This record gives sequence, C-alpha cells and structure tokens, in this order.
Amino acid sequence: MKALCWEGVNKLSVEQVPDPELRNDQDVIVRLIAGTTCGSDLHLIGGYIPAMRAGDVIGHEFVGEVVETGSAVRRHKVGDRVVVCSFVGCGRCWYCANDLWSLCDNTNTNPGIGQALFGYETAGIFGYSHAMGGLRGSHAEYVRVPFADYGAFKVPEGVDDTSALFVSDSVPTGWMGADLAGVKPGDVVAVWGCGAVGQMAARAAVLKGAERVIAIDRIPERLAMTERYAGAETIDYTTTDVAAELRERTGGRGPDVCIEAVGMEAHSDGPMHLYDQVKQQLRLQTDRPTAVRQAIHACRKAGTVFILGVFASAVDKFPLGAVINKGLTVRGAQMHGQRYIPMLLDRLAAGEIETAQLATHTLSLDEAPTAYDMFKEKTDGCVRAVIRPGS
Amino acid sequence: MRKLWWAVPVAVAGVTAVRRSRTGEWRQDRWLTVTVNRPPMDVGSEGMLPPPLDGLAERIDVRIRPAPGDRGTELAVRFKEPVSAASASVPARLTGQDPRQELRRALRDAKSLLEAGEVLRPDAPPTTRPTPGGRLVEVFTRRSGGEGVL
Repeated sequence: MKALCWEGVNKLSVEQVPDPELRNDQDVIVRLIAGTTCGSDLHLIGGYIPAMRAGDVIGHEFVGEVVETGSAVRRHKVGDRVVVCSFVGCGRCWYCANDLWSLCDNTNTNPGIGQALFGYETAGIFGYSHAMGGLRGSHAEYVRVPFADYGAFKVPEGVDDTSALFVSDSVPTGWMGADLAGVKPGDVVAVWGCGAVGQMAARAAVLKGAERVIAIDRIPERLAMTERYAGAETIDYTTTDVAAELRERTGGRGPDVCIEAVGMEAHSDGPMHLYDQVKQQLRLQTDRPTAVRQAIHACRKAGTVFILGVFASAVDKFPLGAVINKGLTVRGAQMHGQRYIPMLLDRLAAGEIETAQLATHTLSLDEAPTAYDMFKEKTDGCVRAVIRPGS
Repeated sequence: MRKLWWAVPVAVAGVTAVRRSRTGEWRQDRWLTVTVNRPPMDVGSEGMLPPPLDGLAERIDVRIRPAPGDRGTELAVRFKEPVSAASASVPARLTGQDPRQELRRALRDAKSLLEAGEVLRPDAPPTTRPTPGGRLVEVFTRRSGGEGVL
C-alpha cells in the first residue's frame, strides 16, 4: 500500500510499504477515508520530537472504515465508519479507568525511552515516533488500530467524514484544555493560537459558559474563522500589545483562564523570539515557550494556565517566579480523547460544534508532502489540509 | 544531526545511571515494582504467579500487597540471587545481557495481561529502512521494554 513516510528532517515522501497486519486480538484494521495534517506533526517532521526512523509512517488524526477485526473485538464490525482517537488506551489500567487516557500504562511498546525522557512514559500514539510507542501512522491506505473497542468510535449517521475527522484529535484536545482548566460561567478566557486546536479550545470555552473568550494569533484568516465559528473575540499580536490589550479588556484583572495552544515552535515578533530561535538552533534548549511565558504573565492572580501545545523536553526562561508569586495553577496534558469523543460526536451531530471549515484544502495521498508544505507555510489560507487516500 | 538531539537526555540518564550504580544508589537487589489495577486476589500469590512471571518463579522473590487509595495491587519482584555488578553494567545492558531486563519485561507483560488481557505488540512488518540515526534508535527500542525506572 501507499503511505506518507518520514525520511529525515524536513523530508517526507510517499512510499510503497507492506500492509499492516492484525497483531493482537483486540486490533482492527481500518481503511482510511481521510486524515489531516496536525501542527504537532511539524515538530516531528522538523526533528524536534525524538526517536524517528527513516520510513516511519506519520499521521494520527483520521476517520476510516473497519475492514478486519481481531477475535476479541466486541464493539466493532467490518463496515463500521469510525473516528479513531490519536492516543491508544487499553481501557483498563488505572489511568484509563480514571479517564486519563493519554497516560495509559499498557500501550507504549518502548517504555524505557519515555521513562528516560519524562520519568514515566506516555501512552502510545499513532505515527508519533518510537518514544511514543512506534505505532504506524495514519497517512496510508490502511492502519492497524490496537484496543479498538476503546479507541475507535462509530460516526453517527448525518455526520460527514470531514466533520468527523477532527473529532479524532483537535476537537477533544481543545475541549480538554477548557475542561481541565476549569472554565466556568463568568470566566474570561484567553487562548493563544488559532489553529484547529486553539479554535476548538475557544469554542469549548464558549460552550462552557465563559463570559468572554479572546483568541490570539497573527494569521488574518484564522482570526476571522475563530470569530465566526468559535464565537470568540480576537487579538492580532503583530499589531497590538497583547498583555496591555488583555488588561484593558478584563478591567485590569487579566484573564481567569489562559490556554496555550501553540507548542514548541512558537512564533512572536518580540526580541525573545530571536533569543529562543538562537538557543533552539544551538541545542541549548529544545522548545520555544514564547506563548507559555506570555500566558503566565498575562494571567490574573490565582488564575489557571493550561498548556495544550506539544513540548518535547526543556525550555529556558520559564517564569517560575510569576507562577509562584501570582499563585497560578499551571496544568498541561496530552489528549485524553476517549473521555470526550462520544460527547463531542453528539455535539457535532447537534450542530453545537462545527469543524468542516477547518478543512481548507483537500489533497490526495500522493500529494501529502505538498499538503504539509502548505500547512507549515500557511500558504493560501491553509488551516488544515485533509489527505484522502482514495482520491 | 538535528534528529539526534534527543539522545542527549537519554545519554545523560545513562551517565547518571552509571554514577548511581557506582555509589550504590542503584542497588542490583532493588525490588522492581508495578501497580496493577486489579485486586490482590486476581494478581496472585507467591505460590501462584501470573504469566509470564510464573516462568521465573524459582529464581525470584515476589511481594504482593494492596496499593493505597484503591489503586489496585503493588506487584514487586527481584532475583533471589542479586545480579552481579558486571551483569548490571552499561555494556551488559546495551547488549541485552542484564538479567533484570528479562525480569522488567516479564513484570510489565504480567501487568498488561492482568489489566488489558494482552500485551501490545509492535506493528509488523516494519516500514523503516536502516540509517545511522535509525540504527541508534533501534538499539534503544530493542532494549526499551526491559529498561526504564521500574
């Protein structure tokens, strides 16, 4: 079959690879209907996420059709149209049982690497390096889905493929940010980043009753999309002093909740961006935490900062003093998708959440490297490029 | 070389391990422990170990006790005969000669079987091709199931 393979730093190509096989009784094989580019893939492609090998298939956000089931699969049958959570959870360890699915104890087949990097390993994730389990990614014609009874969800009739696709990762990630940050009615919420995850975090905050939601980015199309579909106010950080603007819009208090949806390759137009770029290129830090710093400084006293963006290792100039002296709660997590996906599919079917607008471009699997170029450079207003192996 | 940056923290962890082993901080007779999200009666007893630990029963000590806070059962194992320093050295670990790697792997597999009913196997056949950086990753992934902080 054809698949999009990582061939080296900033090198992607579509290759012929062996078809995936059922390897465990709780697996299913899914024929891909559609997958999408994700900002976290850019960290992987750019060499910032550890332990990739040439030929690794990437991609983790997808919708497809079940074509084969293992003998212990109970909730799915051949022909089911399913959206699959990007993180794989066994469903029965303490973390899964407590809805902390991205921390599953039993789905990372390379626990020693994760433990060396983080102290304890994460769950496995599709197509996201051997440190995160080494599972094949989804930008292919077929993908194996382990523990499918827990990670694959039947798409309701009436929900189209493209809309369902984003419930695989970006919608639950955004929702989790607002949920675990404790957004409640009356809050003012600021969201850094208007990519798909940031937009969904903003929409989640609105649906959770936030009084005002203010999203921050520099790309006009993304700001406009966030205003229209998430119902949020926006700030263009290239034309405004973000901290001053947030103070002014919040009566001098600062936002109650700040959600960072940017990650390790953050951009800014200030001198700290140059500083971070130099340190990152010299390998004196692995991640650029520009938006995290800004969120911590902007947050009101005793407020909450939630870090949704992906970070791999160490950062520099982390404002720990602000965290302590302002009494902040700082929290982060990878996506506990299984906790939210059924509810989000219902909301999608009910029209409370719209996602189809995120799919600004649709390309074939053969064009997948071009899709990632467009997505990375944000050309032609690209928010997400959808890759359809069947087209 | 950009893609090899991640080897730095892994190497630091390795150097730290060597220093700890020299100072005795990493004792070869330390219990290796996991917490299983099942009640103690499901996990077993010293005379009746869950697979694949049962295959090592004659060589290991086992400790099974309830975990606090309704977190299941703490399952701890160690070799009856402490592993020699040479067998626990970095070269032995890199070449897969440290017997604790087999024990860690068996402990993890037992937990996974008890909780999830199966041990997740890596995808096959592989899609990767050999490169210098890839070979380094392969060394780490080959040993990863038997290494770590248990």
